[in-house]
Amino acid sequence: MNDPTSILRRPRHGLLNHRAGGAWIWAAFIAMGALPLLLQALGLAFYTVVATRILIFAIAAASLNLILGFGGLVSFGHAAFVGLGAYTVGVLADAGVVSAWIAWPAAMAVPAVAAAVIGAISLRTRGVYFIMITLAFAQMFHYLAVSLKAYGGDDGLPVPARSTLTGLPVNLADDASFYWVALVLFALVFAGLRRLVNSPLGWLLQAARENETRVAATGGRVFAVQWTAFVVAGAVGGLAGALLANLNGLVSPHLMHWSQSGQLMVMVILGGAGALWGGPLGAAVFLLLEELLSGVTIHWQFALGAILLVVVLFAPRGLAGLFDRFGTRRPTASTSPASAPTSKASSKGAAHA
Amino acid sequence: MRESTTAPSPLPELSLLQVHRLVKRFGALTATDEASFDVRAGETHALIGPNGAGKTTLIHQVSGALAPDAGGIFFDGEDVTGLSMPHRVHEGLVRSFQITSIYRRFTVLDNVVLAVLARRPDAPSWWRAARADEAAHADAEAMLALVGLGAMADRVAGGLAHGEQRQLELALALAAKPRLLLLDEPMAGMGPDESARMVDLLLALKAQRLTLLLVEHDMDAVFRLADRVSVLVSGRVIATGTPDEIRRDAAVKQAYLGDEDLDAEAA
Repeated sequence: MNDPTSILRRPRHGLLNHRAGGAWIWAAFIAMGALPLLLQALGLAFYTVVATRILIFAIAAASLNLILGFGGLVSFGHAAFVGLGAYTVGVLADAGVVSAWIAWPAAMAVPAVAAAVIGAISLRTRGVYFIMITLAFAQMFHYLAVSLKAYGGDDGLPVPARSTLTGLPVNLADDASFYWVALVLFALVFAGLRRLVNSPLGWLLQAARENETRVAATGGRVFAVQWTAFVVAGAVGGLAGALLANLNGLVSPHLMHWSQSGQLMVMVILGGAGALWGGPLGAAVFLLLEELLSGVTIHWQFALGAILLVVVLFAPRGLAGLFDRFGTRRPTASTSPASAPTSKASSKGAAHA
Repeated sequence: MRESTTAPSPLPELSLLQVHRLVKRFGALTATDEASFDVRAGETHALIGPNGAGKTTLIHQVSGALAPDAGGIFFDGEDVTGLSMPHRVHEGLVRSFQITSIYRRFTVLDNVVLAVLARRPDAPSWWRAARADEAAHADAEAMLALVGLGAMADRVAGGLAHGEQRQLELALALAAKPRLLLLDEPMAGMGPDESARMVDLLLALKAQRLTLLLVEHDMDAVFRLADRVSVLVSGRVIATGTPDEIRRDAAVKQAYLGDEDLDAEAA
């Protein structure tokens, strides 16, 4: 073996290698685990559902962040995968299959297959074409759901009861139990994505965001790397959809509407594109603001827009970027590392010039 | 699309790369016009030509960045004309860029580690931590030491001086384990000191019998490094030979150098 300390001496975290947050993450998860009990004690049990919603969107936003933030691929159709996951649970429940052990993996497999096809086509394009193609595919699924009269069409499909976790002493009908299951799944997704992002595959994904031609010129199969990330993101988005179908008791075409994709993108950018905590932070802040502001005014989206503007202007790397300033020092360059997902077109063009 | 590929005639000496009657048109402009040349294993072959001769277009086709309209590219006896750039890299045909192409926001070491990881033949792991990959890091550090950037490993690549960025560019190409290294103007934009250091570096690679295909404007460097020179004019290879032969070649003097004296320039 080579001198093992040579690796330890290196800054372990930087733009390429991402840390979860060390001891803080455990504190955060313990606090999140205790939340339903606290809310019950305060007589605010209703907010357990809000917290579950946040966890679900944290999963969805984290999955989008993999391709948008780490891959630099602005996918404007991520809601399609969430919606496909939700519909898979709804359609299976309609057919009498209510076991989470079957429905939830299926809710990941269906959008994974869809992502494999959509990715195989859309990843051959870049820039605004990629945005439009992913959007077009998502809208296609949206209208497909609208046209499915057998499954409620425009009105959506009720999911009368939550899935069952046979074999586990958990009743998902209980809001607190459902929250804990969502929390465990969120933790698994977060840990998995952290591993992926810091793996050779994740590094090459980020490298292709920075300079695609350079990856190819050193032998990296950019398409395969991005496609793999796209499929993983689709599958994880489907898991969020499965949970959402359970939480809402309804799946509707609106889940796949482009505005839902846009909302997920706003969450990622708000929280920090290309930062591990970006998706979850963005989802939490977005949904909490929605909850708070919509109680004050029906024009809550206006206030939300103003807040988003402030974040984009003063924290271009999102809320996670703000936290990061107080954490480890990143290596500094003379050039500004401000914009996280660099335009693919520009880096490609420059290297070919 | 390519029209046809006739097998090139066998060459007396073992050639690692054969470019056979390559044609590339952009509309009415024929940028590469039946260009043929070969690079022998172990040699340093320079491709020179006046501005607009089509050197970059030719290099793009050899590396796989551009598809030719006709003709063939054969690497180690294998037709690689239809292979993608990453495919050719895995065969050992690696290029560097005239305009420095590095990961500007990442550290110098991570730049090279990424090149090592990209070059691995198997699909990249999505589970093991890249930072814990000691073999990749050791490879990368060796590459940095080779190009003289050992002390810069933890610096951010975009913050390096121009000459150092060119050295990093070379390190990235070397990390891809070339059997033939295509160098597109490695001295581009360099001062005399930086240029001299790059020539020394390339001489060291040459001493290790690494096959080099060098596109360069700096005639002094070309005549110091090259075993053979091919001259490209208007998309055609008009002459190939040793530096001395090229210096004496009347057609080359006429077409490429005009009235200038090649000896004087090389001196």
